[in-house]
Amino acid sequence: MSDLSVTDLHAYTDGQLDDARRVQVEARLAHDSAATESVRVWREQNEALRALYSPVLNEPVPQRLLAARALRGRWPYYALAAGAMGLGFGLGWMSQSYRTDRFVEAAALPRRAAVAYAVYAPEVRHPVEVGADQQDHLVKWLSKRLGHELKAPVLKQRGFDLVGGRLLPGGKGPVAQFMYQDAMGQRITLYVSLSDAEPRDTAFRFSQEDKVAVFYWIDGKLGYALSGEMDRASLLAIATVVYRQLNP
Amino acid sequence: MESAEIVAHIPRLRRYARALAGDNHRADDLVQDTLERALAKFYLWRRGSDLRAWLFTIMHNVFINQLKARRELALDDGVEEGLQSAPQSDPLELRDLDAALTLLPAGQREVLLLVALEQLTYAEVSKVLSIPVGTVMSRLSRGRERLRALMSGAATATNLKVVK
Repeated sequence: MSDLSVTDLHAYTDGQLDDARRVQVEARLAHDSAATESVRVWREQNEALRALYSPVLNEPVPQRLLAARALRGRWPYYALAAGAMGLGFGLGWMSQSYRTDRFVEAAALPRRAAVAYAVYAPEVRHPVEVGADQQDHLVKWLSKRLGHELKAPVLKQRGFDLVGGRLLPGGKGPVAQFMYQDAMGQRITLYVSLSDAEPRDTAFRFSQEDKVAVFYWIDGKLGYALSGEMDRASLLAIATVVYRQLNP
Repeated sequence: MESAEIVAHIPRLRRYARALAGDNHRADDLVQDTLERALAKFYLWRRGSDLRAWLFTIMHNVFINQLKARRELALDDGVEEGLQSAPQSDPLELRDLDAALTLLPAGQREVLLLVALEQLTYAEVSKVLSIPVGTVMSRLSRGRERLRALMSGAATATNLKVVK
């Protein structure tokens, strides 16, 4: 393996080499099929482990884990109250008689979206599965997996560029998450889930999930939740742009 | 306020615990014990330092104590090949990643999962597990090769006898 150490190979596999060393390792790998095969297998292992266990990230957290004395009451586990108090903002408001299951489903949306935001927005190396450089592929892929045509809104006018997106397991099937970032590195996510309930529309609702602010609404078959660590007014301005683009 | 920050890490702690413990109920016990201990010791956490790394360090300590209590500790690199208390498995099950993972010594499993799932740097893993980076690398290397052998099925028959 010449001066290609096993440590180099692992660090290469895990993306932990600096650029100069990575280039050197790549050059040597070109002449070392055994080492190349090792890297391939190890990367497959990494991906298989993530594929197997990452769905846990989107499972609802069991009540008993939130029941610890000091955690109780701090986190709106039952976001029902927050959901119920969300006010209509005049966009497509329709009065709606909620059955309990609907109600629970609607309340779960901001919480799931906020958890997904909290998990992926701080991610430095892998914030998204598919980057904005493959935007067409990204949107087609997520549309196909959700079984509904999706759009990735353009938020340039609010200073946010698309970073990319990922597929997440939701309560009732796959969910799409689009991530955006501004020049300061601030991130927001648009979480889109497909509802199997009857199509309907709701107004914007607001929920403060710990530090994460969430505006959410249901538009036909799709539930949307825009999450960010920012004040309500700034997020509302972006949510309004998103809504207008999705409903031209 | 601070405890809400801990709550935000629960999904990640659960993912790691699920892979580490290999059993849903045991995994959530591990998370629960970790949270209880983190809250009790929260005053020890240095503001501004990496809360996630701190929580994973606590989980590591809780995990080791649980293994000790169950006499399943197989962390030492020198004896890990012999001490692992593998469950009696049908060789066919070894094709399952989940099952293969439980056949890795705990020390190798921890390193592999922190690198693959949490994408920690080797230096961060070294800190979380309180072992030198050299040990991180050797455990990672052995863990990956062991997993490769288990998943390819080539080593199942002989390894099962070894780990018995």
